[in-house]
Amino acid sequence: MIGGLFIYNHKGEVLISRVYRDDIGRNAVDAFRVNVIHARQQVRSPVTNIARTSFFHIKRSNIWLACVTKQNVNAGLVFEFLNKMVEVMQSYFGKISEDNIKNNFVLIYELLDEILDFGYPQNADTSILKTFITQTGIKAQVTKEEQSQITSQVTGQISWRREGIKYRRNELFLDVLENVNLLMSPQGQVLSAHVAGRIVMKSYLSGMPECKFGINDKLVLDKSGRSDDPSKVSATGKASIAIDDCTFHQCVRLSKFETEHSISFIPPDGEYELMRYRTTKDISLPFRVIPLVREVGRTKMEVKVVIKSNFKPSLLAQKIEVRIPTPLNTSGVQVICMKGKAKYKASENAIVWKLKRMGGMKESQISAEIELLPSDKKKWSRPPISMNFEVPFAPSGLKVRYLKVFEPKLNYSDHDVIKWVRYIGRSGLYETRC
Amino acid sequence: MTDSKYFTTTKKGEIFELKNELNSDKKEKKKEAVKKVIASMTVGKDVSALFPDVVNCMQTDNLELKKLVYLYLMNYAKSQPDMAIMAVNTFVKDCEDTNPLIRALAVRTMGCIRVDKITEYLCEPLRKCLKDEDPYVRKTAAVCVAKLHDINAQLVEDQGFLDQLRELLSDSNPMVVANAVAALSEISDTSPSPAAQMEMNQQTINKLLAALNECTEWGQIFILDALSNYVPKDDREAQSICERVTPRLAHSNAGVVLSAVKVLMKGMEYVGMESEFVTTLQKKLAPPLVTLLSSEPEVQYVALRNINLIVQKRPDILKHEMKVFFVKYNDPIYVKLEKLDIMIRLATQENIAQVLAELKEYATEVDVDFVRKSVRAIGRCAIKVEQAAERCVSTLLDLIQTKVNYVVQEAIVVIKDIFRKYPNKYESIISTLCENLESLDEPDARASMIWIVGEYAERIDNADELLESFLEGFHDESTQLQLLTAIVKLFLKKPTETQELVQQVLSLATQDSDNPDLRDRGYIYWRLLSTDPAAAKEVVLAEKPLISSETDRLEPTLLDELICYIASLASVYHKPPSAFVEGQALVVRKTQLPVRSASGEPGATGATESPVPQQAQPVQQQQSVIPSHDTAMGDLLGDLLSMDLNPPQQQMSMTPAPQQDMGGMDLLGGGLDSLLGGPSPVAGMPASQASMGGGLGDILGLGISSTTYVPPKQVWLPAPKAKGLEVSGTFSIRQNVRYMDLTLKNNAMAPMGDFAIQFNKNSFGLSPASALQVPSPLSPGQTADVTLPLGTNGPVQKMDPLMNLQVAMKNNIDVFYFSCLIPIHLLFTEDGQMDRKVFLATWKDIPDSNEVQKEIANPNQLDPKGISDKLQQSFIFTIAQRNVDGRDMLYQSLKLTNGIWVLAELKIQPRSPTMTLSLKTRALDVIPQVQQAYELIIANM
Repeated sequence: MIGGLFIYNHKGEVLISRVYRDDIGRNAVDAFRVNVIHARQQVRSPVTNIARTSFFHIKRSNIWLACVTKQNVNAGLVFEFLNKMVEVMQSYFGKISEDNIKNNFVLIYELLDEILDFGYPQNADTSILKTFITQTGIKAQVTKEEQSQITSQVTGQISWRREGIKYRRNELFLDVLENVNLLMSPQGQVLSAHVAGRIVMKSYLSGMPECKFGINDKLVLDKSGRSDDPSKVSATGKASIAIDDCTFHQCVRLSKFETEHSISFIPPDGEYELMRYRTTKDISLPFRVIPLVREVGRTKMEVKVVIKSNFKPSLLAQKIEVRIPTPLNTSGVQVICMKGKAKYKASENAIVWKLKRMGGMKESQISAEIELLPSDKKKWSRPPISMNFEVPFAPSGLKVRYLKVFEPKLNYSDHDVIKWVRYIGRSGLYETRC
Repeated sequence: MTDSKYFTTTKKGEIFELKNELNSDKKEKKKEAVKKVIASMTVGKDVSALFPDVVNCMQTDNLELKKLVYLYLMNYAKSQPDMAIMAVNTFVKDCEDTNPLIRALAVRTMGCIRVDKITEYLCEPLRKCLKDEDPYVRKTAAVCVAKLHDINAQLVEDQGFLDQLRELLSDSNPMVVANAVAALSEISDTSPSPAAQMEMNQQTINKLLAALNECTEWGQIFILDALSNYVPKDDREAQSICERVTPRLAHSNAGVVLSAVKVLMKGMEYVGMESEFVTTLQKKLAPPLVTLLSSEPEVQYVALRNINLIVQKRPDILKHEMKVFFVKYNDPIYVKLEKLDIMIRLATQENIAQVLAELKEYATEVDVDFVRKSVRAIGRCAIKVEQAAERCVSTLLDLIQTKVNYVVQEAIVVIKDIFRKYPNKYESIISTLCENLESLDEPDARASMIWIVGEYAERIDNADELLESFLEGFHDESTQLQLLTAIVKLFLKKPTETQELVQQVLSLATQDSDNPDLRDRGYIYWRLLSTDPAAAKEVVLAEKPLISSETDRLEPTLLDELICYIASLASVYHKPPSAFVEGQALVVRKTQLPVRSASGEPGATGATESPVPQQAQPVQQQQSVIPSHDTAMGDLLGDLLSMDLNPPQQQMSMTPAPQQDMGGMDLLGGGLDSLLGGPSPVAGMPASQASMGGGLGDILGLGISSTTYVPPKQVWLPAPKAKGLEVSGTFSIRQNVRYMDLTLKNNAMAPMGDFAIQFNKNSFGLSPASALQVPSPLSPGQTADVTLPLGTNGPVQKMDPLMNLQVAMKNNIDVFYFSCLIPIHLLFTEDGQMDRKVFLATWKDIPDSNEVQKEIANPNQLDPKGISDKLQQSFIFTIAQRNVDGRDMLYQSLKLTNGIWVLAELKIQPRSPTMTLSLKTRALDVIPQVQQAYELIIANM
């Protein structure tokens, strides 16, 4: 298993060094600095073997985290652990930075002592950790009941939630966040498109509530034989969607999902990611980009780009940005657009066109004249036009059908819980070749 | 709270100041001081001088302070073992504390203090904690057993902690179960002792599967990794395990998903190949694997390396998912390179157009490595998909037109391969290639170009001029051999105009070069050309074997092994763990897939390639006419030794050849030494000869009959050579475990101790499976017999002679080197019985050129039955027997530990003192040894 964990700043100075196993010596700390951090080359592999010692490393902002081992460890586990470690630290003291790490080094050592034992990851759930490891030192004087409560939570079957949580107002927020990715040919043919979605939940519920969550997944709906309820038709007009694959937070009972296709769980307290999913079929693309590029002689080019919004007129898209690449030998650009602001950014070799908002079923256009320096270099390879935006619906067509809360021990029912659902569709890599 | 200030104290006299503060009466000040100490420790300063002062702070009810002191203790206890004992009392007391957090903290920390003495005190508290009422303490204690085992394995076994751990597998708390599994797996991985092995029966499996649903994500990984080592009894059990593991594929932790994939990939091997179950399971595997590609880039990398293995083993799983492996602009370079690899593996006739379009895009990127690999990928597509070859070639030509130096060079290298795959098809492009001669500055590209010119000399009008221009740069050593061959080819094709050129190159090669390879090849060509040009033509212009379409596949046995290591570091490196983990006593069962797949399911594994060990030295290039002469020194040495020694040496090649790291001169000197000063050769027992590790035949000829034949011990290291230590030994197999049996004798005046042993890399990866256990000290005149269990997963390097094993032995005096020969039958495995059909197919499959016949003696004129019984005891299995024209034919198979199969046909003439042995194998090197083994075993009946 993991033999040691080191944290460095960008200069390669050690901020944290915790060795778990005897086969890792102090020289490993230096070996990593010399061979990876100070190496001229960019990182060619996140796993580096130096003198029969393997280093798994990630870099977050300016900070390097490295797990070291001499054994044949589970590589998936190590990287997941490193990411988890980052998450834990963030939830304790915010951004991962040199100052924050130095300011909290005692806390970090304490955490490392708790969540890794002899290199084996133990419970690393922040909500539980926070009950007995705090920034103001450990609560020294706790009652006996509290102690046993802590230990049963750390080791418990429901390790992600502590008992005895109480809220005056039981409330939950569901965010359906989707990234829609597209690669389109100049003629408007979709080369590839997929949606990567996440369902993020913020729960403020008392006790140990049992939740059941339903979406308009084709498999589930077909199985239950429910007829398409017209009131449940989503913004894009589809009744149910086909999900390619999904993964769940550890609170979801996977065996139940496998057999009954129902998503049931006891949620962690506060914010967490309940589910991730991927769809590739019947994606409603919020925007269509129509490029027109004409090369007028060797020193001039004309570009015209039309964007069309393709969703209900009552909805508004926001933060729209279209990036039109220009050749490297561009000498000057003249832009004309009716809406929004457009600017040629020489350092980025692109015209950036920004629109604050745009309604559904609308159209907008930009045209530009690009002057070029004569150059004998090879032909310009025409990178794709990319786009950024945010829309208030889920491009995959996913709909939350229900989220039911049961807490038999406390006297609140599903109806008393205030529930909020929000859909946000954002652009991932949304590109049109020109 | 700003702890960062502790990092900044760097003034002089710091240690002294800290000492004062640590001894302060004020609690706060103490704590501050300890924090400063820890900060200094972190940045690498030596603060061990403060040991007693820090330990004094241990007695506190402040948990935070206590933890800091413990942290310090864990770091420095080893350097101050006596002082560390001072802390023991506090630990023992804390283990009785009412607060479970403190009990756990104490037992956790105590295990991390790696001082031998402390372990005695640890046993009692640990035993109690393993039975603690609080699960938090139990789960911590479970890991502590693994810690203790790492310090003192014997103690753990003696104290019965293993049984207690096994009991924890039925604990009511899932996290305790998970940690117990983790600890047990680690112990059984590192310990050679059978008592420490983790027994897995149906009952344990059920317990683990039950805990799987309830424990933390990490615990699930421990359990899944342990499950993957279990060998199910039958189809049904395998199937039910798979069914219960499948839901894990939807877990958000990539580690859980990958470990589940491992269990399923192994499980599928145990379920019938054609079963519907496997088909549906394969379908279920694709989506989660694709989903892994949207995680963090580092996780993606691990996933991609594993997918690379999975698509080689079961290409069906991802055959429709080509698009997800298309490279994204923002991918880190390591992800890009891996995706490229997988794209080529998934390329088929149907999707080739799409793939080529992508590859062409990539070839214009910025990263040089990536561009090169993309160009190479285009070439591989051409070789893999014949229908696309034409398009690939034209794409490559387009790329050559870009004149980007490294693109051109890479393209020429792959075009050479395309020529070899499709002879007489694309030679029309040679002229375009020739235009780029000047820009070639890399050896590979130059060599490829030279090969092309030589090979197609008759079609290139100015081939002689081109080669002449290369000849000007003959001093560049990397292409000399290639150029020599090319010019000889040219001469054979156009003898009239090129006589001068060929003479020039031959004289350059034979007179102006220090490279023996080059010189020898030059001489051979010269003699061939001068004696028999027709023969020269036949040799040099011989038809070349076609190259296979999947050039970069992993060797099937390695692939099977790596499939068992999915998710682990081995699967990331694509190397078996023995290649990067030190001193590992690997348990063989873990690395084996069921025989069904190992023996070759051509469709699924593509195992039609020869089972040559992967790490063995690369096979001689077909074009090089003469084998390279790295044995030259060895032969010379052999001559020398046999001249001096006199006893008949039938196996000249068996004398040890010097290896670089041992130094040839040293060995020779040692040999002479022992000849002069060592024990004089006794008739019949050539001790001095044995000391040089020579003459397997002689030694074996002395054999005494036993189940598996054990040669008598011989002196490997004579006393004068090793400052009074005499080592003699032999090899044996007992209960399927291979041993090196050694006798150590102390001929010196002083006692010896601290024995340790190490093997150099060797042909079959033999390595010590445990440390050398010598009763220490070994007093003067005393003799000790020791047995050393051997593993076969050590580092591999082809030795010459093949069976040579170089050993380093250390004691308190010095390190000594000697070498010995491994009898090949030590490496026969008990699963060497081939299925009849497979035998038949393999026999046909191996070319006749790989068949070697030999008359061997049958002194006792045994009947076929007797022979086959006897051979079976040494793991040579008789597959079939038939009678042809009054002669009995036995068909036999055997398998070596590295997966090499040897097939044999034994022709027995009744009442004849000899019989005919025909051996067939893909690895010809082992044949002489196997022949000897036969003779030996039969002679000793």
